[in-house]
Amino acid sequence: MGHAYTPGLKVTSNYLIKKDRILPLKGEVKVRVGDKVQPDDVVAETHLPGNVVPLNVANILGLPPEDLEMAMSKKEGEAITEGEQIALKKSFIKYFNKACKATIDGSIESISHITGQVLQRGKPVPVQVKAYLRGEIVEVFPNEGVVVACHGAFVQGIFGIGGETYGNLRIAVSDNSTVLTDELITDDMAGQVIVGGSLVTADALEKAIKVKAKGIVVGGFDDKDLRDFLGYDIGVAITGSEDKGITLVVSEGFGKIDMAGKTFDLLKNHEGQMACINGATQIRAGVIRPEVVIPRVEQGHVEVSGPTEVMGLATGSPIRVIRHPYFGRLGKVTDLPSPLHKLESESKARVLEVEFEDGSKAIVPRANVEMIED
Amino acid sequence: MAKFDKPEDIKVIVATDCGSTTTKAILIEYTNGEYRLVSRGEAPTTVEAPFEDVTMGVLNAVAELEELTGRKILDENGKFISPANGKIGTDVYISTSSAGGGLQMMVAGVVRSMTAESAERAALGAGAIVMDVIASNDKRLPHEQIERIRHLRPDMILLSGGIDGGTTTHVVELAELIAAADPRPRLGSSYRLPVIYAGNKDAAEAVGKVLKDKVDLKTVDNLRPVLERENLGPAREEIHELFMEHVMAQAPGYKKLMSWTDAPIMPTPGAVGLIIQTIADQYNIEAIGVDIGGATTDVFSVFRPEGNKPVFNRTVSANLGMSYSISNVFAEATVPMVMRWVPFEMDERDLRNRVKNKMVRPTTIPQSLEELIFEQAIAKEALRLAFIQHKSFATTLKGVQQQRTIADAFEQKSSGDSIVNMLSLDMLIGSGGVLSHAPRRQQAAFMMIDAFLPEGITRLAVDSIFMMPQLGVLAEVQPKAATEVFEKDCLIHLGTCICPSGKSKKGGPVMKYSIELPDGTITGTLNHLEMKKFELGLGDDGLPLKAKAVLEPGKQFDLGAGKGVKVEVELNGGVVGIILDGRGRPFDLSTLAEKERVSYLKEWMKELDIYPAM
Repeated sequence: MGHAYTPGLKVTSNYLIKKDRILPLKGEVKVRVGDKVQPDDVVAETHLPGNVVPLNVANILGLPPEDLEMAMSKKEGEAITEGEQIALKKSFIKYFNKACKATIDGSIESISHITGQVLQRGKPVPVQVKAYLRGEIVEVFPNEGVVVACHGAFVQGIFGIGGETYGNLRIAVSDNSTVLTDELITDDMAGQVIVGGSLVTADALEKAIKVKAKGIVVGGFDDKDLRDFLGYDIGVAITGSEDKGITLVVSEGFGKIDMAGKTFDLLKNHEGQMACINGATQIRAGVIRPEVVIPRVEQGHVEVSGPTEVMGLATGSPIRVIRHPYFGRLGKVTDLPSPLHKLESESKARVLEVEFEDGSKAIVPRANVEMIED
Repeated sequence: MAKFDKPEDIKVIVATDCGSTTTKAILIEYTNGEYRLVSRGEAPTTVEAPFEDVTMGVLNAVAELEELTGRKILDENGKFISPANGKIGTDVYISTSSAGGGLQMMVAGVVRSMTAESAERAALGAGAIVMDVIASNDKRLPHEQIERIRHLRPDMILLSGGIDGGTTTHVVELAELIAAADPRPRLGSSYRLPVIYAGNKDAAEAVGKVLKDKVDLKTVDNLRPVLERENLGPAREEIHELFMEHVMAQAPGYKKLMSWTDAPIMPTPGAVGLIIQTIADQYNIEAIGVDIGGATTDVFSVFRPEGNKPVFNRTVSANLGMSYSISNVFAEATVPMVMRWVPFEMDERDLRNRVKNKMVRPTTIPQSLEELIFEQAIAKEALRLAFIQHKSFATTLKGVQQQRTIADAFEQKSSGDSIVNMLSLDMLIGSGGVLSHAPRRQQAAFMMIDAFLPEGITRLAVDSIFMMPQLGVLAEVQPKAATEVFEKDCLIHLGTCICPSGKSKKGGPVMKYSIELPDGTITGTLNHLEMKKFELGLGDDGLPLKAKAVLEPGKQFDLGAGKGVKVEVELNGGVVGIILDGRGRPFDLSTLAEKERVSYLKEWMKELDIYPAM
């Protein structure tokens, strides 16, 4: 196949970023096209139907299910409050009356004369969708949500944990190869997004949570530390819902890997500015990568243009090798031979020749490189 | 499209499989008295934006077929030309599909190990991914079950429960849970979620009352009318109907595609199951098929536990795969179990990072030999774990009362025993990148032997280009074409593995053998923990060469005829040949001392010529 390489992760200082902000159910959109928004602004909200809690009233009252209807003091659709009587089994002697009480606030969803079950529906749960970015509303889907857009710098990571958050960028290391250790994390990093170099240690991550930093952007992270940090092993790469008090965006991969110079320089150039980050990662079915968005300070009006053309691999393309034995090394494509090449593993694959930054050259399968895209 | 009275009139067949990333087309023609694969074409699947029309990918894949074969299949308007006339047109066009995530179902039943399990079997057999099994006794509280149903958004739900005349209350309770959850279908909100009721017929009316305003309810015959018998056919057929009517019809371009095909579009795994059943029927054999993908591993089996009646089972191990789920395989299997297949040391921290890096960059391939050996070690564990799941699912019916005689007391047979019998298994078929595209065919054989641990005499094969799905649908239209192409073009016959089952404490000889190979008869003794390989290839017709053999297992060992009983058989060759495995069964490599393990592994790899010199 012509495109037998992994499309690269985007690292660019000038990009139009658009985000769909959609409600899980239909509801109310709170903003209009052209409105300027901040990350915390609510752009749409709705109410999810409350939880259903069944109660086998017939069993509780010791009634056959077909007699339940008569014993019910609340009918389907009526409101209930916790502790309120919803059914009563009358006896000749009042003392022996038996009552059944609601276990939640909400309403009666259904009464079954076959199973004797009464379903209580909890109160609706409010759901709000926030803007996430500092930008402008460029499209409204009535009752469903909006599209927020902004111009700014954009960095895609390879893997992350934790959801959407924002804070000012703070560079904590001297260069892209320095390990982010706990000594480098200081109390004044509260509310900030910390940038590290080749690796973040488990201690540094814990310290960042302690000082109430919002996020960490770093080149690599050790799988063992990830497992210790989460308390479980991630089997399938679907993340974003972890609630650990911090969002982590890993730009290169697992292990100690220098953050790409271009990524580090870009983040450094924007130190002190607001960065909106999201660790959500999904590798299957509609790939989602973690990201860092640095909205431009002066947004002006956001012009929405068409999608940009994605170029394929060519001689001169900057690439990163994404598998052993050259994992993490950066270079430029110097040749793209078309015949299949027999690798050391004896697999036959399309390959390319790469010249690394130190001038050395190697043959690598095209499937094992990733373009560094602008 | 042209209709044929007799299947024999079908001479040209085009079949496609619309996968989630690639649409594959094959062309089969009847020439010189046999059906053969002529060529294959492929193109990216076009279900997702910006195309959102599956037929574009189909037309592109078929256009590639046209280019490669010179046959004109499509007219100027992109329509199939039918019937075939010389080098123009096709007699039949059929398709399978797993695009858009395949068929995702939730099933429910009263008792987890009885009706709920039967419902699960029906759904899996129809080619579905079972997202969850809800049962009255699954230990979740009702509100948790409701929350789960609401959260899942399946394509459809199969509700069973109760034998005919049995419980109605529990079944209606399940229906009430579903009604309370008010589940929405996964694709689009313009239609109501299909729910199939296949439970106690006495509860059908009450279930109907509870569900009729909330979902699109279909009622079919009870899938477990009595405890002793399953009746999965009607539920499976309804699943396929609804798959076409609802799920497929919602996916972009499928209405058009459905109007083109001569047989209903089938979910890909359902079709794979069909071809395996067809083959097992045709040759009267017991077979296991495995398809190991990036995210999931499917295992299919046909066994005959009660003599002649074949029983088909399929399981999907949702999180065992070689790329997206590789990290999960590693976690489930544990490091020592993976590393026992690797004859050199690797740093555990580094290994973990490598596995995770493959997970986040799933399309990469092993460049170095070390990476290949490591990846194949993980594949062995993924296959082994998927097979354990399969064995525990493919059982005799649970909950069946059995009459016991005094003789049964010694056998300790009970309901719910696995019907998978490795000694009687005739054929093991592997599919999926890591098996089909292993640089050496011996590697595929070695992976399957180590993972499945076949016993006795077992033929091994791999699917060359994953055309089992297309052949599965074809089996419904023209079974002869499906089986001929399966044997001659789809399968790469690897050969036969002979492994005497049993254990020897002392070591020493396991089996004496005498095999009449084309270049002369070889005789010898296979010793404990020894593996041997002999060449016995394929004939000019692409089918395995045969060799007569006399095999005499030791007193503690069994080849299927009983301990120590000599067998005279005809062995099938293949691109790998005949493999003798003297490691005994059960076999667990991790029981060997470290030094021994490495030295034996190296010896087996050398004898079977698995890897280039290390």
